[in-house]
Amino acid sequence: MAYDSIQAMLDDYKRTGTALAELIYQSQQAESGISREAFMARMEKLWDTMLAVSDGYTGEEKSWSGLVGGDARRLAEAPALCGELMTQVMVEALKQAESNACMRVIVAAPTAGSCGVLPAVLIPLYRQGASRDRILEALIVAAGVGQVIAKRASISGAEGGCQAEIGSASAMAAAAVVMLRGGTPDQAAHGLAIALKSLMGLVCDPVAGLVEIPCVKRNVIGAVNALSSAQMALAGIESKIPADEVIDAMRRVGTIMAPSLRETGEGGLAATPTGREAAKKLFG
Amino acid sequence: MDIFDILGPVMVGPSSSHTAGAVRIGNVAFHLLGEEVARAEITLHGSFASTGRGHGTDRALLAGLMGMKPDDPRIPNAFEEAKKRGMAYRFDSADLGEVHPNTARLALTGKGGGTLEMEACSVGGGRIRVRQVHGLAVDFGGERPTLVLPHYDRPGAVAKVTDQLACAGLNIAAMQVFRGHRGGLAIMVIETDQAVPEAIRARLTSVCGVESVTYLEESE
Repeated sequence: MAYDSIQAMLDDYKRTGTALAELIYQSQQAESGISREAFMARMEKLWDTMLAVSDGYTGEEKSWSGLVGGDARRLAEAPALCGELMTQVMVEALKQAESNACMRVIVAAPTAGSCGVLPAVLIPLYRQGASRDRILEALIVAAGVGQVIAKRASISGAEGGCQAEIGSASAMAAAAVVMLRGGTPDQAAHGLAIALKSLMGLVCDPVAGLVEIPCVKRNVIGAVNALSSAQMALAGIESKIPADEVIDAMRRVGTIMAPSLRETGEGGLAATPTGREAAKKLFG
Repeated sequence: MDIFDILGPVMVGPSSSHTAGAVRIGNVAFHLLGEEVARAEITLHGSFASTGRGHGTDRALLAGLMGMKPDDPRIPNAFEEAKKRGMAYRFDSADLGEVHPNTARLALTGKGGGTLEMEACSVGGGRIRVRQVHGLAVDFGGERPTLVLPHYDRPGAVAKVTDQLACAGLNIAAMQVFRGHRGGLAIMVIETDQAVPEAIRARLTSVCGVESVTYLEESE
């Protein structure tokens, strides 16, 4: 059975000393009977696809609406303000999210709209020298904690707003980075909690209902937030609210969020004069 | 939710529900029809109708009908691909009533003359539910190996089918039987834990009352 809580994962780790990624594999194995080889082969394919998106990005393409495309290249070519790693993370988030809007092959992580967050933090660290095996472990941890978020709350913008998509992606990525950088499972849980807290309440308000504005740029804040949350956790900073309680709070915030702010394209930025004008131009 | 629904699917963007799910709907319909599609009439409902074009829902459905999976890089060119294959299609939008906001209804004619009517919805994360086949209400997602068996409503049909599966050591994870009216056309939907070998499927076709045997392999 997949885990119902982050705490249960931490308890199993403390009881058995088994690595988080291994515990998550075992829970999956128990549920679906998947062999270790098949499980790892699928993880490898996900990682290879993320890398292929990054390598295949040209900046030449535009989305169907014409509203999205070319920003990752623009950012990569401009002088950096945020430092080398953070800039690479931002560029990577835009690359993946723009590729999604332009109908390229991407990895939903956990959704297509939030596909840029996790690769954005992992790819620059991989290029800095993190081993492939450690990256795959980090992916498994991201998926395992994402499963808990999906179970306790939601990973759908229509159900929980953008906090459930970019917020969840950011929380998954924070936990992944903590593990990748040699943090403890406890620290990974704190990283997850800090990341999710920081994006709580974020609404899903896509202009014209498309996965373009503001989705593409929100992948950047999701990635940057994951990195800052992971760094805090690695420094020993704790979330005073435990991860499971943060996830539960996110669910409750999602349920009281107005429907106009849950992917209907009727509220927030979608309801601005410019947003409405764009929708009118596209769909009449 | 499966761990590979959290990380994954590998898919052509931009939307897991409006693009990847739409490809899956088309792909399931293609397999249920069991032959190349000559003509497709597709009705889009709700959010599929209102924002489908911007999400490539139309191209995604066609791609699925040509047998493509959600990660096929040819999906953006599905219109051109359909033209090349001589596949005719028409899209409409309509209010299909109290159904999921992302619903499509498909009426297909195959190159060999077979027909299929199917209604399915995309429920998020690329997952789908088929809600109607040949006018009969059904409910399955195609995530596990699935047998779809239109048959005539006769005593013992279900027992004979499940007996074949039991003899082959195949475990049933979920099973549903739907019928229109007593003695009329019915449909068995059987989801199994293991893949169903071709030989077993061939044996099922000879079970009395079974009209046809369609098999959907586990989706990735």
